[in-house]
Amino acid sequence: MTILNKNVLQKPASFYDTFIRKGGTELKTTHYCPGCGHGILHKLIAETLSDFGIKDKTILVSPVGCSVFAYYYFDVGNIQSAHGRAPAVGTGYKRANPDSILISYQGDGDLAAIGANEIIQAANRGESMTVFFINNAIYGMTGGQMAPTTLIGQKTTTTPYGRNINSEGYPIRMSEIIGTLEAPVYVERCMLTDAKNIAKTRRAVRKAIHNQIDNKGFSFVEVLSGCPTGWKISPHDSKKWIESTLSKYFVPGVFKDVSEERESIPIKQERPSPGDYHKLMQIKHLSDLDDKVPTPAKTTFHEELKIAGFGGQGLLSLGYVIASVAMEHHYEVSWLPSYGPEMRGGTANCSVKISDKRIGAPLVANPTTLIVMNKPSMDRFENEVVNGGTIIYDCGLIDTPPKRQDIRTIGLPATELADKIGNTKAANMILLGVYASMIPHILSDSYIRWVLPYILENKAFHDINLKAFDLGYAYLKNK
Amino acid sequence: MKKVLIKGNNAVVHAAILAGCRNYFGYPITPASEIAEGSALLFPKVGGVFLQAESEIGAINMLYGAASSGVRCMTASSSPGISLKMEGISYLAGSELPCVIVDITRGGPGLGNIAPEQSDYYQIVKGGGHGNYKLIVLAPNSAQEMCDLTMLAFELADKYRNPTVIMADGTIGQMMEPVEFPQPVTTFPKKDWAVKATPETRENLITSIELDPDRLEVHNHKLQKKYAIIEEKEVRCEEYRSDDAEIILLGFGIVSRILQTAVDELRSEGIAVGLLRPVTLFPFPKKIIESYAQKKNIRFFNVFELNNGQMVDDVRLAVNGLKSVYFHGRMGGNMPTVKEVIGEIMKNMRQS
Repeated sequence: MTILNKNVLQKPASFYDTFIRKGGTELKTTHYCPGCGHGILHKLIAETLSDFGIKDKTILVSPVGCSVFAYYYFDVGNIQSAHGRAPAVGTGYKRANPDSILISYQGDGDLAAIGANEIIQAANRGESMTVFFINNAIYGMTGGQMAPTTLIGQKTTTTPYGRNINSEGYPIRMSEIIGTLEAPVYVERCMLTDAKNIAKTRRAVRKAIHNQIDNKGFSFVEVLSGCPTGWKISPHDSKKWIESTLSKYFVPGVFKDVSEERESIPIKQERPSPGDYHKLMQIKHLSDLDDKVPTPAKTTFHEELKIAGFGGQGLLSLGYVIASVAMEHHYEVSWLPSYGPEMRGGTANCSVKISDKRIGAPLVANPTTLIVMNKPSMDRFENEVVNGGTIIYDCGLIDTPPKRQDIRTIGLPATELADKIGNTKAANMILLGVYASMIPHILSDSYIRWVLPYILENKAFHDINLKAFDLGYAYLKNK
Repeated sequence: MKKVLIKGNNAVVHAAILAGCRNYFGYPITPASEIAEGSALLFPKVGGVFLQAESEIGAINMLYGAASSGVRCMTASSSPGISLKMEGISYLAGSELPCVIVDITRGGPGLGNIAPEQSDYYQIVKGGGHGNYKLIVLAPNSAQEMCDLTMLAFELADKYRNPTVIMADGTIGQMMEPVEFPQPVTTFPKKDWAVKATPETRENLITSIELDPDRLEVHNHKLQKKYAIIEEKEVRCEEYRSDDAEIILLGFGIVSRILQTAVDELRSEGIAVGLLRPVTLFPFPKKIIESYAQKKNIRFFNVFELNNGQMVDDVRLAVNGLKSVYFHGRMGGNMPTVKEVIGEIMKNMRQS
């Protein structure tokens, strides 16, 4: 008797001695009803955690259901979570802290109805966690409503005439579904009806947790469990019903087990020193480069550029180069791509502002300079250009020159010229050259020649880009 | 001054890493996807976790799990995705879990469009999820602030054990501007409350459930006390040429940039206009607005938003009837021009 008392009937050390979190006066008993399976499964898990010596590193996630209060009992790190979301919460936890043992403990409504996606996805990713799924074919906590696992014809408070397949469909077999996925390592369904089956469940619990200690991935144990209160029958009859009826639809067995074959994949987190972050993130400072070319002195300047045409003409890049160079010349800049309603009609544009002062609205409504490469954009923006402004346009693509008399207009067949030097796509760099040649005191041509290969990273186009820039830069002088 | 020309969305990713965030969970959505893509590219390089979740609900709950362990973590989405996250946000607030949520807002309701609207003000600032909770809400108006406020968001989240939101519209996210990145954060708060899978933290419990009404009320009072401290200490508001102003413009995010230009243009014509820009939407700068409302020389307030008039409610509460508060909003993803804003102000000047 003494031996029995000491070694067998002892409360596992992974349970609290008294259930203080439960509150009230009954601090030695659980809140579970007589005949409920939670208590037995809790004990099998707690014993395992103690036997494996992992109680300190175990995290138990308990979402909504009768077992939401698992933290009353388990002396481990506890996280209570939203209904059905425990596998996602567990994923976040385990990814952030891979040295832990993560257990998700869920009921049937939680796992197979509201949380069906979370469990399938966590299983399919092969998250390194152990999931215990109590299936009692009913919503116990909320008072006996239909569960996704409620049997056909079974009466519940929300299927008062019995579950009807034409309305509620069929009871869902989660172990079978999860067993078909590639990633899970071990999937078994057990039941708690008698000593033999409890022993089987015990082995399943231990294996599912040990797989996680071994870093083998996702293990899933479904446990058919009684809910005499929800079923409105006696604990004795509920055991019989599991044996005669529930386990005939949800047949116990192993649905997948690759525990032996599966390689152990420990997650290692290598953390570089914070001093290296800038380098690792490839934050480039052009001003750090040794061979850099001097920039002209900053002066009073305010430009509102609109660059517009078809997508693919390199107009956003053109804007980006101009903004980058101006920034390196110590001006305030902003670059805003056509975005949202601006995208209508398949044309692309960007707004670039350059100023010696702080920039307000980044969207250019009335450009001081418009660089335009297609007709729809010319039609749209010509009248928006400010009085005294400039339009630079590709006269090879736009056959009707601007009508405005109060602005400077520069037409050049940029695309044709780019074609002639070997690449249509370099038209934007020709326009860059023209634009830069108009404000040499703001944008330095020697700086642009130096910086282009750093800004436009595709090495295949370096030479042609420079050639195109030179052509554009000389264009107005030669004209 | 070493600056990089970078998109606001990408500045968020860099700033998160510099703030010590190593865990990103998210679901792609325009116009926030650059944040997920940038994180996918950069987080692994610094030994961090990037995980594309199965859903917005999955992502926010992964954040809940990661935050429980005491690490810095973040997610990003856009309006419809944020709607989906609301359950998780309420749980995060209830369990007092620090994390950063980025909302690059877009047009609604429903699927709406991907253009910039600010119609998430109610759902982010006033709730959206259930319960008596508040989020700390930061509203950047430049790429630099996308960096700075992201870094601040992690600090405030940890300091107050509270989810913190960066709420920026698609324009701020898509716009490139020069950004100067600070040095990485190297000291972090201890977080004794977290469950770290260690003997010392085994007793800890992360939960938002409390069946006993009295105890849940105590918890709620504790939260309200925390929010009151945040309101006392963390208000940030930019006051631009407002000292001697007779007309006060108000707007947050991208709108404030338009208003800033409008202020400059009107000032150059001798009209005494100033701008108040709430940088924190919660805590809202109500005392600052109230103090302007009490000034004799203030004629009226003019609020501009990219929505049907949401922040204006808070402005009216702060002004409390002392002065007229006019509102002009654009919806559907349209933005007012400077000219339009000035026209609106001139119209209200004639009225008041």
